Amino acid sequence: MSEVSVDAKESSQNPSNPSSEGRRKFLTVATSVVGAVGVAGAAVPFIASWQPSARAKAAGADVEVDISGLQEGQLIRVMWRSKPVWVVKRTPEILAELSKVEDKLKDPNSQAEQQPAYASNQYRSIKEDILVLVGICTHLGCSPQFLAEGAFTEYEEGVENGFFCPCHGSKFDMAGRVFKNVPAGLNLVVPPYNFIDDNTILIGSDAEVA
Amino acid sequence: MRKCLALLLLIPGMALAAGSNYPLDDVDIDLTDKASLQNGAKIFMNYCLGCHQMQYQRYQRTFNDLGIPEELGEEYLQFTGEKVSDYITTPMPQEGAATWFGAPPPDLTLVARVRGPEWLYTYLRTFYKEEGKTFGVNNLVFPNVGMPHVLEPLQGTPVKVYREKMVDGEMQKTEVFDVVATGGALTPEEYDETIRDLVNFLEYTGEPTRLKSEAIGRNVLIFIAIFFVLAYLLKKEYWRDVK
Amino acid sequence: MSGFLSWIEQRIPMMRVANMHAIQYPAPRNMNMWYAFGFLATIVLVNQIVTGIWLTMNFEPSAERAFASVEYIMREVDYGWLIRYMHSTGASAFFVVVYLHMFRGMMYGSYQKPRELLWVFGMLIYLALMAEAFMGYVLPWGQMSYWGAQVIVSLFSAIPVIGPDLVEWIQGDYVISGATLNRFFALHVIALPLVIVILVFLHIVALHEVGSNNPDGVAIKHKKGSLPESEKTKWQIHEYYTSKYDIADDVVPFFPHIVLKDLVAFAVFLFAFCYILFFAPEMDGKFLEHPNFEIANPLKTPEHIFPVWYFTPFYAILKAVPDKLGGVLTMFAAIGFLFALPWFDRSNVRSWRYRSGLHKVNLLVFAAVFVFLGYLGGTPQENWKITASQICTVMYFGFFILLFIYSKNEKTKPVPERIPR
Repeated sequence: MSEVSVDAKESSQNPSNPSSEGRRKFLTVATSVVGAVGVAGAAVPFIASWQPSARAKAAGADVEVDISGLQEGQLIRVMWRSKPVWVVKRTPEILAELSKVEDKLKDPNSQAEQQPAYASNQYRSIKEDILVLVGICTHLGCSPQFLAEGAFTEYEEGVENGFFCPCHGSKFDMAGRVFKNVPAGLNLVVPPYNFIDDNTILIGSDAEVA
Repeated sequence: MRKCLALLLLIPGMALAAGSNYPLDDVDIDLTDKASLQNGAKIFMNYCLGCHQMQYQRYQRTFNDLGIPEELGEEYLQFTGEKVSDYITTPMPQEGAATWFGAPPPDLTLVARVRGPEWLYTYLRTFYKEEGKTFGVNNLVFPNVGMPHVLEPLQGTPVKVYREKMVDGEMQKTEVFDVVATGGALTPEEYDETIRDLVNFLEYTGEPTRLKSEAIGRNVLIFIAIFFVLAYLLKKEYWRDVK
Repeated sequence: MSGFLSWIEQRIPMMRVANMHAIQYPAPRNMNMWYAFGFLATIVLVNQIVTGIWLTMNFEPSAERAFASVEYIMREVDYGWLIRYMHSTGASAFFVVVYLHMFRGMMYGSYQKPRELLWVFGMLIYLALMAEAFMGYVLPWGQMSYWGAQVIVSLFSAIPVIGPDLVEWIQGDYVISGATLNRFFALHVIALPLVIVILVFLHIVALHEVGSNNPDGVAIKHKKGSLPESEKTKWQIHEYYTSKYDIADDVVPFFPHIVLKDLVAFAVFLFAFCYILFFAPEMDGKFLEHPNFEIANPLKTPEHIFPVWYFTPFYAILKAVPDKLGGVLTMFAAIGFLFALPWFDRSNVRSWRYRSGLHKVNLLVFAAVFVFLGYLGGTPQENWKITASQICTVMYFGFFILLFIYSKNEKTKPVPERIPR
């Protein structure tokens, strides 16, 4: 019982009519291939059923945010697809700070595709002062804290405002750009959004192409 | 007789057959008939949804499956719910409904799978006027029904008459009743067609995946047939050696 | 590659076991298509386990959410409807193939010595399967789920003295309730499947120990040294078998011959299965009963209530006896008699091909009675049906009694030494 018969099919066959060898091989391959396609096809519904369901999609539909009451320097959180989304109205001082910190950042020009094309500018936003970000750290998924008016200097010298992730110490500026020497590698994500009017943001869809 | 009684005691859940034996009319169900389904949806939203819900079915899905643009659907067919992605629910409080009607109006998402389309088609066409009933009506397939005849404006006021049959060249009364309505907005033919659309729609909501299932099923069966031929030939090929 | 395989082989005997049981296993060459149902049952078991796992991902086992979560699977989960129909159709398909598998065993005497334990393991699988199917049917929490559970659980109240307390204990409440649903869910998704898988394993172990029977009921293993070289099989059969017996020239290796035969049967089965699955999953109310599309309502019993089709023969027997305890006992006796079949049949001849006309008639009548009982138990009660059920119940047990009597000195045809060519 020492020998291992790997090709058992070969070994268990009687010598047979040689003229049928080709036909036998062809049928074996054809049946196997069709069978494999069948198995793959049968797997499709099982894999597809893990996609977000209609309920999840309905719950993850676009969210309207009313920003008429949003004060300068204030951050509001809204839920979009069960994730925190921040809307911040940046003061002129905060905006001025953005260009000052650039040499401390990993990706100051937002090269990585972490934002829609229309937010791929120095403010990472559609309107200069209104910042919209998915409030989830790009490292391991914690939600960073908003530290304003000097509170951020404790973590980054000379920078007054920013986001600090308590889990592993990643730091982001007021455009969601990640600082150097922290575990996170990418800037915070800007979700698709558009302005329905001056005071209402729709989070989840790009502006409709007119 | 004692045997029968014992049997009834033995099976606590077995109830005596109730309901009526009224002969059911055939109905032409066609889930590919989008116009019919759309009209059915319109009738449902306007006449049924006041009391009955479809709590497992969403507006959005319904509009998409029936080929109704979402904006139009929201504007003309959606009277409840905030968003197009909401379930089709009724604004009527269900507890109150139980006291008004004796039981809360049943959810209608799956009613076609419970009752069958023929039953629904016949039921909705056989209300008739009867004094003394809570809502002034009774029904030939659902005796003592606890539901008003909400489609009366369309059908007119229905009364019960004996169905007549031609016997020896003469019209004679049979044991079966029919309903004859007068004064409605629709002719009897139009009313039947409307009910057919409504039942078609209910058949759709009972199993919204039916058409998709059959489309996939056809391909799957063709595929299996091909596999069978190959497997059969291969089997024959190997069994040639067995003498 | 072969180095890696032999590295594994030296540590766990995968190829040896595969060769012994799936490749170089000696199978009688006259096995016909009736022998495919065991393989098909295994396929359906795998289908039930895989689709079952997927269904638990979205099913919510509570009285409040069960019904809605099934509709959620049917409507909102991508392909959820397909997975659910695979599971519900699979349940019925399971019983179809198991009943045919059992009937094959009865035709060819596959329960006779030395296969008695094999039969008993099979019956245990059947019993576990009935429990599994019953509890599974409760889970969608429709009207039939609820009232079916009510009736079946109430059977236990027939037990003297402890009956009523036992029923409460099973329900975990004073009625069938969310607590019942939850414990049935636990048993349905893990406990019973585990039992079934273990029993199936034992069933196959027992089969391979004694070897497969065949339509002629002729032995293929002969005493070592009793066959001349010319009458031994030319196929490569595993030495586990050839070292103990002379294997006659009546066999084929399991692979590829039997596997290919099973594959053809599988394609035919799959075609029928998929036709029902995609075009008629309710099977006209037989596989999915119409009232079960209505959420369970403890205040209203459906007009007619029946168990699903595969239980109806026993349900008819239950109803045939005009006494509660008597009915329950008769029903369980009906299953018990099947268990004891190997000891009712005292004949030495296995296959009905070589048995008396009386035996053939007896077996066919039994099959017909079983099917007719299924009809009686699955259609609305009428007076004549009570009498018919009673007659059929007597005939059901009569099969075993008659078999016991005539099989002792049955006039049989001579059985050939070797499988006829």
